[in-house]
Amino acid sequence: MSNLLQIHEPGETPAPHENDTALAVGIDLGTTNSVVAVSSEGHSEVLRDEDGASLVPSVVAYAPDGSAIVGGLARRLLLDRPETVVGSIKRLMGRGVEDVKGLAGVLPFDVEPADDSGSGMVRLNVAGHRLTPVEISGDILKALRDRAQDHLGKTVKQAVITVPAYFDDAARTATKDAARLADLEVLRLVNEPTAAALAYGLDKGAEGIYAVYDLGGGTFDISILRMEKGVFQVLATGGDAALGGDDFDHAIAEHFLVERSDSLEERELNADEVKVALMTARLAKECLSETESGDWVLDVDGKQTRHHLDRKTFGTLVESLVSRTLDICKAVMTDAGVGPQDIKGVVLVGGSTRVPVVRQQIATLFGSEPLADINPDEVVAVGAALQAEALTVGSDTLLLDVTPLSLGIETMGGLVEKIIPRNTPIPVAKAQEFTTYQDGQTAMAIHAVQGEREMVDQNRSLARFTLRGLPPLTAGAARIRVTFTVDADGLLTVGATEDTTGVEAEVAVKPSYGLTEEEMADMLYDSMKHAKDDMELRLLAEARVEAGRSLNAVKAALEADGSLLEEVERVHIGSVLDHLEKTINSNNRDAINSAAEELELATKSFAELRMDQGIRTALSGVEIESLEDKASSV
Amino acid sequence: MEGRIIRIDESNAAADKVAALVPCWSCHGPLKTASAFCDTCGAVQPPGQIDHFSRLGLGVHFDVDAEDLDRLYFGLQRQLHPDRFATKTAREKSFSQQQATAINDAYEILKEPLKRADYLVHLKGMDALPEGCNLVNDQMLLMESMELREALAEAETAQEVDAISERADEDIRVCIEQLSRLFADDDIEGACRLTTRLKYLQKLAEETRMHKAKMNGVIPLGL
Repeated sequence: MSNLLQIHEPGETPAPHENDTALAVGIDLGTTNSVVAVSSEGHSEVLRDEDGASLVPSVVAYAPDGSAIVGGLARRLLLDRPETVVGSIKRLMGRGVEDVKGLAGVLPFDVEPADDSGSGMVRLNVAGHRLTPVEISGDILKALRDRAQDHLGKTVKQAVITVPAYFDDAARTATKDAARLADLEVLRLVNEPTAAALAYGLDKGAEGIYAVYDLGGGTFDISILRMEKGVFQVLATGGDAALGGDDFDHAIAEHFLVERSDSLEERELNADEVKVALMTARLAKECLSETESGDWVLDVDGKQTRHHLDRKTFGTLVESLVSRTLDICKAVMTDAGVGPQDIKGVVLVGGSTRVPVVRQQIATLFGSEPLADINPDEVVAVGAALQAEALTVGSDTLLLDVTPLSLGIETMGGLVEKIIPRNTPIPVAKAQEFTTYQDGQTAMAIHAVQGEREMVDQNRSLARFTLRGLPPLTAGAARIRVTFTVDADGLLTVGATEDTTGVEAEVAVKPSYGLTEEEMADMLYDSMKHAKDDMELRLLAEARVEAGRSLNAVKAALEADGSLLEEVERVHIGSVLDHLEKTINSNNRDAINSAAEELELATKSFAELRMDQGIRTALSGVEIESLEDKASSV
Repeated sequence: MEGRIIRIDESNAAADKVAALVPCWSCHGPLKTASAFCDTCGAVQPPGQIDHFSRLGLGVHFDVDAEDLDRLYFGLQRQLHPDRFATKTAREKSFSQQQATAINDAYEILKEPLKRADYLVHLKGMDALPEGCNLVNDQMLLMESMELREALAEAETAQEVDAISERADEDIRVCIEQLSRLFADDDIEGACRLTTRLKYLQKLAEETRMHKAKMNGVIPLGL
């Protein structure tokens, strides 16, 4: 731990610019627990509390004034003040009210009725506050950021945050928005199994084809990767964004509650009973990873019931859940074009892989004992921290990831035309041409969807937008080119152009189940007292990066072609260069920008001289080449 | 995108050279090569329009060694992937994303013999899609694919499906070998026909695979 802490000499002040010393951290924002880690010189460290615990329960309790308590304390409040506490919020990221209805009764959320406020994102009532999953996740991220800052004694402004590989665009965007609320710049969203593979591969020097089986609290991912010489190439990925250890808890809780209502002869169960049963179920599940059987007591409203559970019964309760993960494994192997015999090892990730029946089934499917020599709760955060260092400091490793779900648009008859198939390496851009179906049609509604099914309504709606100002042509004459671009975070942008007129439309895929920009702006305003200062700091950092780029470019040009300049000019450029070099470390953004502009201006004629020289060289090159051509053709 | 067969006179060549001379967006000096980076200041450049083979540093040939391809692809992504530009300016980030996208695109096409053949035929000025070299005239191919489909529909045991699958794979292997010869002889029309054939063979092989997967109880993703 100590190798990471930079301790200042007494009396010596920290460097003046916090961005120069700020560290980028890796965050595994989990359904049940979250972990923050930091890496330095390729060694990562998971940040722990005083008791040595790395896991921060992803549970938030809200006080009447709206202030949030995150972690173990919040989880303990679940027993006394359940209405003020919310957990498993990751399952609602990027979800609409309709999606959550499907989970109603299963998850103890108090969902607010939908209103006309624009975005389709679900809202919860927690302790009388109306909150979106983005805000609640933002509070968890703030707590993790604070933990990191306390440990490191430094400002933390940047992070790599992991998301389930199978997260759709809405859930990824929601995660990024949550980070904004926590005042964290997301350097990259990395898929959880990929982060785990990075940590595992670098630590164990693994080479060959590996599978990463990641069963977390609320999500399941399976990725097949090829690892060699620092390259981590994802061949195929798949999963279920609504299947995890939570569901194991529910299966046990249901079992307990059935027993309870039988023994108490009560039909109606109240919300408190459900919450207590869920907590007890989680304890039972964890115990059964160590012991063969145990007894638990549900004590609610003064009524106690006693419940016995052994591994075998537990196995039966979760059998269908486990076999669903195995079905997905088989399908992903088929997609990757590999069989169990090609897979050198299966890396286990996520607390739920501690469940013995899960391990047995994996061993049976892949024909080998799975690998769990890095703590499955921490391996993702370790990978995220390594990637955060790689992005900020540099590294030789390379992560090549893919799109988990096919992306397409709605066509006539509610059918989906796929534009980017699943498992395409990212970043990617693909275009498809469409045309109008009515004479004189001047607008076209574009509906972007994500999923594997043929019909639109069976897939996930991402966004709708309209391309206007089309030339009124006969049906089928217009050429509308729709381009889907997926960046390295797995986030989609859709652009559309009408080729005959050049009419253009570009949208960052947001709504359907996301927050609108206005909603984000309001939340940022509410949550940050120093929003303006932070914005100014960010702009200052950007100005410095841009000015630094300019400085390097001019220095390189002088080195290469400085001889083209007259002495007077060289001196002039030199002094402007010096000026920028001195200004760049000031905190005056305007001064940096104007010094950079001055440099661009001062080197304008130098650039012309260099281009002229380039032309002369090109021309003389042709003469020599054509002579050589003639010589060689003889 | 054409082959290097046109003889150009010297003055044209000179004009082309001058016209091809573009300044680096960052240091404003001339870019000496079509490289992804400025040789003077090292700034990443936008990807530009070059064919997929040249993009990955390969000659324009049908035969591509899978290991070579991977090595070149990884080498380029190591330099150009957006992960290398996380702390750079917005413009550099954007160019890196465009470069990485172009490299992924080239890799995806050159990695698969069918896509590669299709692309190469297109590069040589023809199109091997069903609308291109007329498939309907290829009675042999039609018969063959019907026969295989029937066999697949009638197959009941895993062994029978395996046998069909093996035959399909063998047909594909032979077809790729023939394609390689035709491309080497610059018989583009012949290659075009065979590419169409490969397309059908590939589809059959895929159907066989799905059939086999279904027999083994694999449920396709998302369904």
